[in-house]
Amino acid sequence: MKNKRSLLAIPYVGWMAFFVVAPIIMVVIYAFTTADFSFTGENFTRMGTFTVIFTRSFKLAIIATLVCLLIGYPLSYAMAKEGKGFQRVAMLLIMLPMWVNFLLRTYSMMSIMENNGLINQFFAAIGLFDLINNVFGTDIHYFKMIGTQGAVVVGMVYNYLPFMVLPIYSTLIKMDNTLLEAAQDLGADTATVFRKVILPLSLPGILSGVTMVFVPSVSTFAISRLLGGGIQMLLGDLIEQQFLGGAYNPHLGSAIALVMMVIVVACMWIMNRFGEGEEQAVML
Amino acid sequence: MSLNKKNSLGNRILIGVVFFFLYAPILLLIFYSFNAADSSVVWKGFSLRWYAKLFQNQLIIKSVYNTLLVSVLATLIATVVGTLSAIGLYSMRRKFREPLLTINNIPMMNADIVTGVAMCLFFVAALSGWNYLASHYRLIIDLFGTQYRVTFHQLSLGFGTLLIAHITFNIPYVILSVAPKLRQMDKNLVDAAQDLGCTWPQAFFKVILPEIMPGIVSGALIAFTMSVDDFVISYFTAGSSTSTLAMQIYSMTKKGVTPEINAVSTILFGVVLVLLIIVNVREIRAEKAAAKRVY
Amino acid sequence: MSKELIRLKDCVMAYDDGVVLDHINLYINDKEFLTLLGPSGCGKTTTLRIIGGFLTPTSGDVLFDGVRINHVPPHKREVNTVFQKYALFPHLNVYENVAFGLRLGKTVTNVVNGKSSAKKVKIPEAEIHKRVMEMLEIVNLKGFEKRSISALSGGQQQRVAIARALVNQPKVLLLDEPLGALDMRLRKDMQNELKRIQQEMGITFIYVTHDQEEALAMSDTVVVMDGGRIQQIGTPEDIYNEPKNAFVADFIGESNIIDGIMRADEVVEIFNRKFRCLDKGFDKDEPVDVVIRPEDVDIVAENQGQLKGTVTSVTFKGVHYDTIVDFYGFKWLIQTTEYHPVGTVIGIHLDPDCIHVMKKSEYSGMFGDYSSYSEEYEEIGDADYEPEEEENGHEE
Repeated sequence: MKNKRSLLAIPYVGWMAFFVVAPIIMVVIYAFTTADFSFTGENFTRMGTFTVIFTRSFKLAIIATLVCLLIGYPLSYAMAKEGKGFQRVAMLLIMLPMWVNFLLRTYSMMSIMENNGLINQFFAAIGLFDLINNVFGTDIHYFKMIGTQGAVVVGMVYNYLPFMVLPIYSTLIKMDNTLLEAAQDLGADTATVFRKVILPLSLPGILSGVTMVFVPSVSTFAISRLLGGGIQMLLGDLIEQQFLGGAYNPHLGSAIALVMMVIVVACMWIMNRFGEGEEQAVML
Repeated sequence: MSLNKKNSLGNRILIGVVFFFLYAPILLLIFYSFNAADSSVVWKGFSLRWYAKLFQNQLIIKSVYNTLLVSVLATLIATVVGTLSAIGLYSMRRKFREPLLTINNIPMMNADIVTGVAMCLFFVAALSGWNYLASHYRLIIDLFGTQYRVTFHQLSLGFGTLLIAHITFNIPYVILSVAPKLRQMDKNLVDAAQDLGCTWPQAFFKVILPEIMPGIVSGALIAFTMSVDDFVISYFTAGSSTSTLAMQIYSMTKKGVTPEINAVSTILFGVVLVLLIIVNVREIRAEKAAAKRVY
Repeated sequence: MSKELIRLKDCVMAYDDGVVLDHINLYINDKEFLTLLGPSGCGKTTTLRIIGGFLTPTSGDVLFDGVRINHVPPHKREVNTVFQKYALFPHLNVYENVAFGLRLGKTVTNVVNGKSSAKKVKIPEAEIHKRVMEMLEIVNLKGFEKRSISALSGGQQQRVAIARALVNQPKVLLLDEPLGALDMRLRKDMQNELKRIQQEMGITFIYVTHDQEEALAMSDTVVVMDGGRIQQIGTPEDIYNEPKNAFVADFIGESNIIDGIMRADEVVEIFNRKFRCLDKGFDKDEPVDVVIRPEDVDIVAENQGQLKGTVTSVTFKGVHYDTIVDFYGFKWLIQTTEYHPVGTVIGIHLDPDCIHVMKKSEYSGMFGDYSSYSEEYEEIGDADYEPEEEENGHEE
């Protein structure tokens, strides 16, 4: 009787074979072939040309992930300490911004950070630039933010912070209070309780949060295009250009995507070794 | 509430600051959708002109329609397929289930751009194969001596491929949120229902479905949100003829976004906000009523 | 009382990793209270699930009223189950839980030319209401109809589960460790309650438990199982007084099991001394296991006893003292109402009807020695609820 029930999954298994597994096999095939589909390794030997972009992508993604963790963990912790009423709306409050398209939110972010945007207007209004010009003898009227790597990181943090908060918050609110009391009873002070009990128990949440921020950060192309002013090119931009952009070459694009995927999977694997045996993907 | 009861002022300030950071750009965007000027920097007084203009902008209206249509269809299909698959997967032996769940996680864990280009390559290859067949063969059906010729249409990337892509990345979210409910469910419940006279389909509708309903609802909600918010995968799978709101916005960011987009986003945001508030208020009321009934 | 209702013929349940039921033969009479008793993993729940229709035996037959029902699904069997941890539907209130089976309609069976065809007929709401309320009255839950399941205590949930099963008027009620999750006092009350309900309804109960006291108190027939095999079938008195092997003797109550040799009919030799007993039919000089229940031993003065031993430990148990006595290096548990301090040398007297002789079995030498008294006692006294994970894990 139970075996029959497992047949319910068969249609989806077929679906996955077609639309999950087959496309990835296509990427692999493209990566190892030339335009006329003869085997080549050339797509990978050309990868050296893009070292700068690879380095920049991973550097910015790692920074963005760390910033998200440094903001996201204390935030989740603070939110978990709020009462039941807040818990009900907390998830919604975090998810709600996603209902305004991220491109538009990023665009709005861009207009805030522009040379004549709100932030610079605010600084001018409080006389910050006059002060600086007087002290240092310079002549600036704005901080240039768009086009810097900092702006790209801010954009990543802004867009992906919810992905860090959700899993951490949900592991924290599920934590058994008696465990904390037991630790205190056994002589642990607040800091020790945090270090020895709360932190290890929320590790699965941290790990899935890190994954969920790092992966989109390292592969984004819209954020870098908007906030990086087109000069802070990332891996995503590079791949996009090979498929839909000017430098049309899906074989090279597949190879880049494949290399990126392999590096990401390797990072995740190493990281998950860290949290040995912990459950993965606690999004909800 | 698990951690210590009392929350400090510092924590409250932290929450406030971060949520300000998250919501400021959205509030600004809403604010400027009511701006009389066509700038998002200078405020020239309250006006609804962008809302009026919005409804004349066929491109935007069409893209909103596409977005909603693909999101609703993909969510419906993904919810049904995902729920049934989750039940199927959890009736399987471990050695079959584990590898399937790993594959199921791929679209969720993989970078959107990789999923997007992979599907793009696959669709292009599949469609060119189909188009080759369609241009070289036709099906001739002999029905009671009359021959019907069936010619195949040439196909290209468009709404169909967009929908398939959305269903594919939505199903894992549904499975992920239904699975815990299935695991928590007392294994004997289905046995009990059958014991009391249910056939399996009856047991499914009368017992399993009500039990896992919260998981299905939240799965559907996440799927819908992901669909509406998606840009990257749509961008690679929709082709040039079909455009979603996100794709429309992306193409506008190159030339400059007009406040009409702010207006349409404000409307969407407002609708979702109102819906969520209604749902939550009703839930709270239902809980209070239930609490009263018990004591 | 004598009509046979269910018969298991040579039932085997085997999985890739072993045999769970090993050629079970069992018949169950109408209106009988039968208990499947054994430690976890013995196959009792598997047996119950085969009768309920949740498992199909690998080989062998399941007969109901003489008809083979191996492949009849649970919803077509005239059998209802009270599950471990009750399996009440959390989304329905008490009334709706009980009404669940009735709302599915009743089966009307037409027998035409020996072939029976069944179809479901809707039961009118008024009748459903009447039957649910009657049932709730029987299980003492009147006034709880509108309660949600989560607002009930364990004992109340238990009653709902029983009502939910019985309202369908099954011929047989299967109960899978139904009292396992309840505390001591409630268990005792519910035992009486169950017995009362069974007599009131006049139907067959098949009851699974690992608690021997429960089995003895409630059953007409007890089936003792271990290792996928039936060890003994009998009335509670038979099982207690005439255990067939060391396993049964040890599992049902406390027993001292000693190696003996059958010297002749009604004469057994223990510790090189001959004792009169009531057992016969053994070979001459056949090695046997001898069971002596702790409460059957009379303590007498040192010089008047048939055997002489030293008290090594005494524990007060309320009604009696558990006294451990060392006889030639073998420790017995003796239950006495008098206090004998540690170190006292005592004699004991055994009446012939206190001695029960069993054939040697695979269990010989495994049980019945109280040398490591405290640990063993704990193990036996452990009536805690242990769900039979191993058995349930095999559902595929």
